[in-house]
Amino acid sequence: MIPAAFDYVRADSAEEAIALLGEHGDEAKLLAGGHSLLPMMKLRLAVPSVLVDIGRVSDLSYINDGGDHIAVGALTRHRALETSELLAAECPLLGHVAGEVGDPQVRHRGTIGGSLAHSDPASDLPAAVLALGGTLVAQGPNGSREISAGDFFTGYFESALADDEMLTEIRVPKAPGSGWNYQKFNRRAQDWAIVGAAAVTVNGGTNVALVNMGSVPLRASAVEAALAGGASAADAAEQAAEGTDAPTDLNATPDYRNHLARVLTRRALEAAGVS
Amino acid sequence: MLGPEADETGEVIVEISVTVNGETRTGDVEPRTLLVYWLRDDLRLTGTNIGCDTSSCGACTVHVNGESVKSCTMLAVQADGEDILTIEGLAPSEDELHPMQEAFRQNHGLQCGYCTPGMVMAAVSLLEENPDPSEREVRLGLEGNLCRCTGYHNIVKSVLACAAGETAA
Repeated sequence: MIPAAFDYVRADSAEEAIALLGEHGDEAKLLAGGHSLLPMMKLRLAVPSVLVDIGRVSDLSYINDGGDHIAVGALTRHRALETSELLAAECPLLGHVAGEVGDPQVRHRGTIGGSLAHSDPASDLPAAVLALGGTLVAQGPNGSREISAGDFFTGYFESALADDEMLTEIRVPKAPGSGWNYQKFNRRAQDWAIVGAAAVTVNGGTNVALVNMGSVPLRASAVEAALAGGASAADAAEQAAEGTDAPTDLNATPDYRNHLARVLTRRALEAAGVS
Repeated sequence: MLGPEADETGEVIVEISVTVNGETRTGDVEPRTLLVYWLRDDLRLTGTNIGCDTSSCGACTVHVNGESVKSCTMLAVQADGEDILTIEGLAPSEDELHPMQEAFRQNHGLQCGYCTPGMVMAAVSLLEENPDPSEREVRLGLEGNLCRCTGYHNIVKSVLACAAGETAA
């Protein structure tokens, strides 16, 4: 399978990429690692007329200590997250979840910014950043703005990024020593999660995010409210499917996904030390 | 900034220069050309197989700057200036196999052989990152490569033998 023809432009900086996006509008797509975009282009589900290759903007590949948070450059590859000692010490959920994406070859190329901007509700990293209550930094022609993870995922494969904006940094709160866990349920290695549940205790509360339980990655708000009200992990997890809209596909019906959400949420909470 | 240049037919062509198996190779490619097609069709390096063409099976695995990558999910233009190693460049000489190739031969790590180039390249990359893996780590490390013949048992055995240095020719 070969993608439809497109023009190719290589940007050497975020500023240059943003200028090119401004020039070409919604006909253009950013190409980072290409592991979400290229498969869609090969299936002709995405047919951009211009690709702006940002894969060589090397100053956006970093994992830095930002004081109360960890700052991750949008072009940081999954493998770098997976093997980061800083993340392992300060925000282990994010590094662990990066190691659950696809397979080693995919993790050598895929980037966190690409994964988030792609906004696939079945993807692992969006749910992890959502559970952590992360902040995403978008750069546009008039400067940068911060978008909370809860406001970033706006629809099925849609994000809050404007056509001429580029995701440049992801900030996640430090949570050393806190409980965390990610449950990914799939039938075969390297598959997307049929359902996934990420749980993490951060800033005194317990957050839970769900993968593949709606058109966007979701926070399990009813579970979080129940826990905040003193419910046990097992009782709170019973609320996991509340407010979700589980999809149907060849792997699972909505009823089965609702069941998985409850079971995986309970397991994730218990493994995170929430009783 | 590198921009597209249209030829006389209006087709956009980009000139690339890539180190492939230690040699500088240049080419004029359409931006949509996938790395695996450039390697196979233009450079005639047909050791890299196309299996699923959907980044699932790993048959097309090559190394990009020393790391395993599925060459069906990378554009040739993305490889411009990079260092690519294919199965043809793995052995130290015409008469000598790479220790991983030797391990696959000695442990019957293949039957039909179609997945083998990708399997070997993925395994070499795995040992670069984890020189002494457990059996479970080998299985997880090869999760991006499918084999429909062997049931994986002898492939895992081959990788463990190579890691243990048990592959004297």
